[in-house]
Amino acid sequence: MTGHSLTIQALAAGYSDRLVLKGLDLQVPPGKITAIVGANACGKSTLLRTMSRLLAPRAGHVLLDGKSIHAIPPRQLARTLGLLPQSPIAPEGITVADLVSRGRHPHQGLLSRWTKLDDEAVTAALEATKTFELADRPVDELSGGQRQRVWIAMALAQQTDLLLLDEPTTFLDISHQVEVLDLLTDLNYARGTTIVMVLHDLNLAARYADHLVAMADGKLHAFGTPEEVLTEEHVRHVFGLDSRIIADPTSGRPIMLPIGRHRTKPHQPGASALPLHCAPTRIQTPVKEDQS
Amino acid sequence: MTAAAFSVETIRFARRTREQRRHRVIAAIAALLFALFILTLCLGQSFTSPGDVLRVLLGEEVPGASFTVGQLRLPRAVLSVLAGLCFGMGGAAFQIMLRNPLASPDIIGISLGASAAAVFAIVVLSLNGPIVSIFAVIAGLLVALLIYGLAFRNGVAGTRFILVGIGVAAMLQSMIAYTLSQAPAWTMQEAIRWLTGSVNGAQLEQSAPLLFALLVFGGLLLICSRDLEALRLGDDTAAALGTNVGRTRMLVILAAVGTIAVATAVTGPIAFVAFLSGPIAARLVGHNGSLLVPAALVGALLVLAGDYCGQFVLPGRYPVGVVTGALGAPYLIYLIVRANRSGSSL
Repeated sequence: MTGHSLTIQALAAGYSDRLVLKGLDLQVPPGKITAIVGANACGKSTLLRTMSRLLAPRAGHVLLDGKSIHAIPPRQLARTLGLLPQSPIAPEGITVADLVSRGRHPHQGLLSRWTKLDDEAVTAALEATKTFELADRPVDELSGGQRQRVWIAMALAQQTDLLLLDEPTTFLDISHQVEVLDLLTDLNYARGTTIVMVLHDLNLAARYADHLVAMADGKLHAFGTPEEVLTEEHVRHVFGLDSRIIADPTSGRPIMLPIGRHRTKPHQPGASALPLHCAPTRIQTPVKEDQS
Repeated sequence: MTAAAFSVETIRFARRTREQRRHRVIAAIAALLFALFILTLCLGQSFTSPGDVLRVLLGEEVPGASFTVGQLRLPRAVLSVLAGLCFGMGGAAFQIMLRNPLASPDIIGISLGASAAAVFAIVVLSLNGPIVSIFAVIAGLLVALLIYGLAFRNGVAGTRFILVGIGVAAMLQSMIAYTLSQAPAWTMQEAIRWLTGSVNGAQLEQSAPLLFALLVFGGLLLICSRDLEALRLGDDTAAALGTNVGRTRMLVILAAVGTIAVATAVTGPIAFVAFLSGPIAARLVGHNGSLLVPAALVGALLVLAGDYCGQFVLPGRYPVGVVTGALGAPYLIYLIVRANRSGSSL
């Protein structure tokens, strides 16, 4: 199902004395994967928190199907819009199956009993995330990658058409990062779930997202396909970093190669990208190794 | 059966097994509580046969048993159980809500707020009777609001709430010490009762406010229990699951303070029962499902057993608060040492 539209209009939000989002408009493409990228403290997480109602906007609106999310009862909203926060807390000793079951919370009333439907949703979520075998294990015994899959399973059990994720790949090694992003793509293909996630890694964002949202200083700097957004000019504006963009030989999507002060050849405008197997020759000997 | 249906059955079966285990453990705690309740009715300094106890309970006049059982043991046992239920449930609600066993009302100054108000009312205002209890309940709520207000910054973080609470507790303690130092000798006895919890001289009428607190505040906590469980996943996750975090917090604070303050008003602050019940219940039933009911039962068990030990098992006679205090203090030290090592929570 891709019927739901999420629209952000002139959104401003922040914390007690600090305005973080300074007027932002965005129409989330339904049924697609959108990645929000930007430098630290540019307002990525704040945008996600405001979109999912964790934070009240100072001005502007977040509209789900044309209706302000603050006018929708929380439980009802949670059946359409799911969020996996950056650092969810697993209660000590809780098992995987129990944690995933908690995704059914918005589907249950005060007195309603657990139904077959709930069991089916939990099973489907466990299987989709390949955590079925772990169902009886305590969450605190799992590896970082497994744990993240379990949290995603919980969000899946919620069965929402829109799923927001705040840095779902943080603290994971590269193979688990790819695994999580593959899993989210599966979900998008199979169910048409609209996915919006904050990602740190620009190249993974460009690889996996249909659309990129580049934010700078609490505002939308660029929005579009990865090819449109991941350009040298945008990277310079958003991150204050010189870079080269080449085509990823695997996916054809753009790849950003940062240019620092050391270990780089002088930039040749218009030069074609080096083939990946070609080791770059070092022209300039760095004065010192700067690791910090 | 298809593979998918088989998987669903596996999950369903595992869930049922978990639930059954949980229910069995809760039933076992309840049975133990019942057995201990009967024991305290039968066996004190003298033995009364269960048959005689039953006849007394049914309202018959049994020579030699009616007074001992009906006037001494029964009120004491009933009061212990009811106060224990209140302390256990209120304490666990706080610990679950703030995701920290140190967040118990007897550590963060809420029970002390009730005590301080009662001591003030007795010593300075020369009050006595039920009005003192009403003072205590209102003060408990005010202290909770004070801590909430002081700890509020972009929402209430658990650790800040606890640290502010410990600070407030220290302040209240010195206020109590000051008030007592000014106290005329004849009020001392009554005031001291508010500092060590005890069910000495219990009367059956005293159970009315406790029953009221259990029905109203305990009921409110049980209504909130699902949202309270969601809070254990972190405020953001709970909100994402459709919980109104702010409202749940306010209701839980109100209801938990209600149970604790009313119980404190009746028995005095029985040390560490609120603090110990939740973690013991968690050990027994595991972490699946709400802890409120098992924690309440454990609280009742602690007060009943503690009072019985204080009267008949230990050499000499001690109020129940002394016994539970001796149990709780080592656990508090253990928690602090462990929290410093791993930073973990309930």
